[in-house]
Amino acid sequence: MARPVSYHTLVMLVENKPGVLARVAGLFARRGFNIHSLAVAPTENPALSRITVVADTESTPVDQMVKQVDKLINVVRIDELAPEDAVEQELLMATVRAGAGDRSQILELCQIFGARVLNTGSTEIMVRLAGSPGKLDDFEDLLRPFGIVAIQRTGTVALPRLERSAATPR
Amino acid sequence: MKMNGGQALIKALEMQAVEVVFGLPGGAILPVYDPLIDSPIRHVLVRHEQGAGHMAEGYAHATGRPGVAMVTSGPAATNVVTPLCDAYMDSVPLVCITGQVPTAAIGTDAFQECDTVGITRSVTKHNELVTEASQIPLAIRQAFHLATTGRPGPVLVDIPKDIVDPANPRSAMEWYWPTDEEVAASLPGYRPQVEGDPALVAAAAELLCAAERPVLYIGGGILKARAAEALRALAEMTGIPVVTTLMARGAFPDDHPLCLGMPGMHGNYTAITAMQEADLLVALGSRFDDRVTGKLDGFAPDARIVHVDIDPAELHKVRRADVAIAGDCRIVIEALVAAVAAKGGSAAQADRSTWKQRISGWQERFPLTYEQLDPGEGHVKPQFVLERLRDLSPSDTIVASGVGQHQMWTSQFWRFNHPYTWVNSGGLGTMGFSIPAAIGAKAGRPDRTVWAVDGDGCFQMTAQELVTASAERIPIKVALLNNAYLGMVRQWQEMFYEERYSEVYLSPDLPDYVKWAEAMGCVAMRVESTDEVDAAIEKANAINDRPVVIEFRTDSREKVFPMVPAGKSNSDVMVDPTQAADLDRARGGR
Repeated sequence: MARPVSYHTLVMLVENKPGVLARVAGLFARRGFNIHSLAVAPTENPALSRITVVADTESTPVDQMVKQVDKLINVVRIDELAPEDAVEQELLMATVRAGAGDRSQILELCQIFGARVLNTGSTEIMVRLAGSPGKLDDFEDLLRPFGIVAIQRTGTVALPRLERSAATPR
Repeated sequence: MKMNGGQALIKALEMQAVEVVFGLPGGAILPVYDPLIDSPIRHVLVRHEQGAGHMAEGYAHATGRPGVAMVTSGPAATNVVTPLCDAYMDSVPLVCITGQVPTAAIGTDAFQECDTVGITRSVTKHNELVTEASQIPLAIRQAFHLATTGRPGPVLVDIPKDIVDPANPRSAMEWYWPTDEEVAASLPGYRPQVEGDPALVAAAAELLCAAERPVLYIGGGILKARAAEALRALAEMTGIPVVTTLMARGAFPDDHPLCLGMPGMHGNYTAITAMQEADLLVALGSRFDDRVTGKLDGFAPDARIVHVDIDPAELHKVRRADVAIAGDCRIVIEALVAAVAAKGGSAAQADRSTWKQRISGWQERFPLTYEQLDPGEGHVKPQFVLERLRDLSPSDTIVASGVGQHQMWTSQFWRFNHPYTWVNSGGLGTMGFSIPAAIGAKAGRPDRTVWAVDGDGCFQMTAQELVTASAERIPIKVALLNNAYLGMVRQWQEMFYEERYSEVYLSPDLPDYVKWAEAMGCVAMRVESTDEVDAAIEKANAINDRPVVIEFRTDSREKVFPMVPAGKSNSDVMVDPTQAADLDRARGGR
């Protein structure tokens, strides 16, 4: 699940219309751009949706991706976030095998990471963690030895890192 | 005013000043064809929907106005996919209206249903399924706006039957024609940049004046931007020589002393070599297509690049530019002319006397050539046909071509001295383009002589549209170069596949082209020797009441030269065999 070294986050505001996701995804497919993850959701303005794509920029320069996406008529705006300029968050849900001997260790891990227990069964436990993609990777690695029964991650969403005012020392 | 969606669609086309629609009716689009009877818009009834699309393209190429095609759902929509893709690749303004099954039937695999918007998404600038009758006028306004502004291209509007059928209450609507502001507001993501950044224009002017070996590398964008006059002003002020790509033939007159003609895989030696040796390429509305650059990492190795294009995505896409200007070519070139003039104009240009001497040396030593046969010996040389056709037809003749050897010979041997006289399929390379495209061009420019130059392979793909030409009294002329082969494929098999000819032979007399053309209502002639060529062309040029087809039996061994073999650098261009020894000497001496 570790991300490739060269990736960029593309944040698009698109018209909230049928078929717009297909236009964006189809453009990536036919131009041979690789999507690492994808998240789509409505925005504060009901006429617009936000699509967040984490794209592999190994084979295609990111500015070519941005300009091609921007040509889509239904894409109102696109911003490119380099990793150092982005605050990124992602959600992970996992069902983990949790026999009597492992349960306390898993709960301890959850506490360290700030994950929440969503559901408990007799031999399994369902947990949730929101955070940066790297933090989720670490959590997933540490859960694996217990036995992951099912796992889902949402794909990254991101906003630009905020400017610091001159008064705040950097 | 109350009306139904079908009436509103036709009225919207009238409001857009559409004078001709190319199409073919069918189930889902039937309700739109009914109000068409009462409209002043001319409808040209095609014999295959692909013909409608190419006719609309030919119309757009020749007139600069958007071409309009209208067809029904399902197989009709899939039949226009090729022309849509062709128009997309060559940035041709096109509006295509397709019928669709009723809204409630969409997604049920209904009769003649296909996912038209899904299928055409990647071959249109934009497409839209309209679901309410009241939205039809806006959708048509948007389609024409998108097709004709920014980088032009095809736009498809898919219209379900229920919103245009007067028998269905969903078709009832109040007529409303949106304003420009409403159209702009309805497209919040569409803002083409037309003005060039003045700082970049100044930087470009600096490079232009200082370059010692510059070339203006002109693409089809000049024609789309109506920038031919601005280009001429720039070339004449700076004295910089001009190459015109396949899509730009006619954008700068071939008989102008600064014109070097066509570069690329089958360009002439001088145009190819001038680009290769340049220290500055000024790319105006061109896109560094692989057919122009040859092997990319060997292309114009010493050249700095100024690149102007309306589509920002073309800048840096293939070759990194030193100065990249997003903007409309006419506006940017006019700004460039002003910037160069401010620096002193002609007087501010670097000394290019050596460069000019080298160029005229190449022109003298390696002109386009071919070996003419003695009269009566063998078949007619295709290049000779093109030369005679050129010399015996009016200078503003519009020429459409198919794709292959005949296309390259036409581009090479015609002299294009007027913009919008060359209609061809450059990017997609669509065989069968010429006949329908010529019909569309003639429908748009009935005052002009229109010749389609076609090959026998191409002719068999779309010849049925000559029935359309006869029935609609659109008197185009067709020069069919019949060499009994898929000629360009044969050339590659001869040169690169050890003369192993695989599935490339077509036969010279199956079909009998003269009988076929006559059956379609054309005057038809067959020319089998060099001394018959002129009389046939003169006779064809004198006929103006019906289409004419001249079948020229041409030499199948003839190959297109110069040629840059695929994957080779432009520095490895092969010239006509009669010049090869001289070129070897020239290369040895450099």
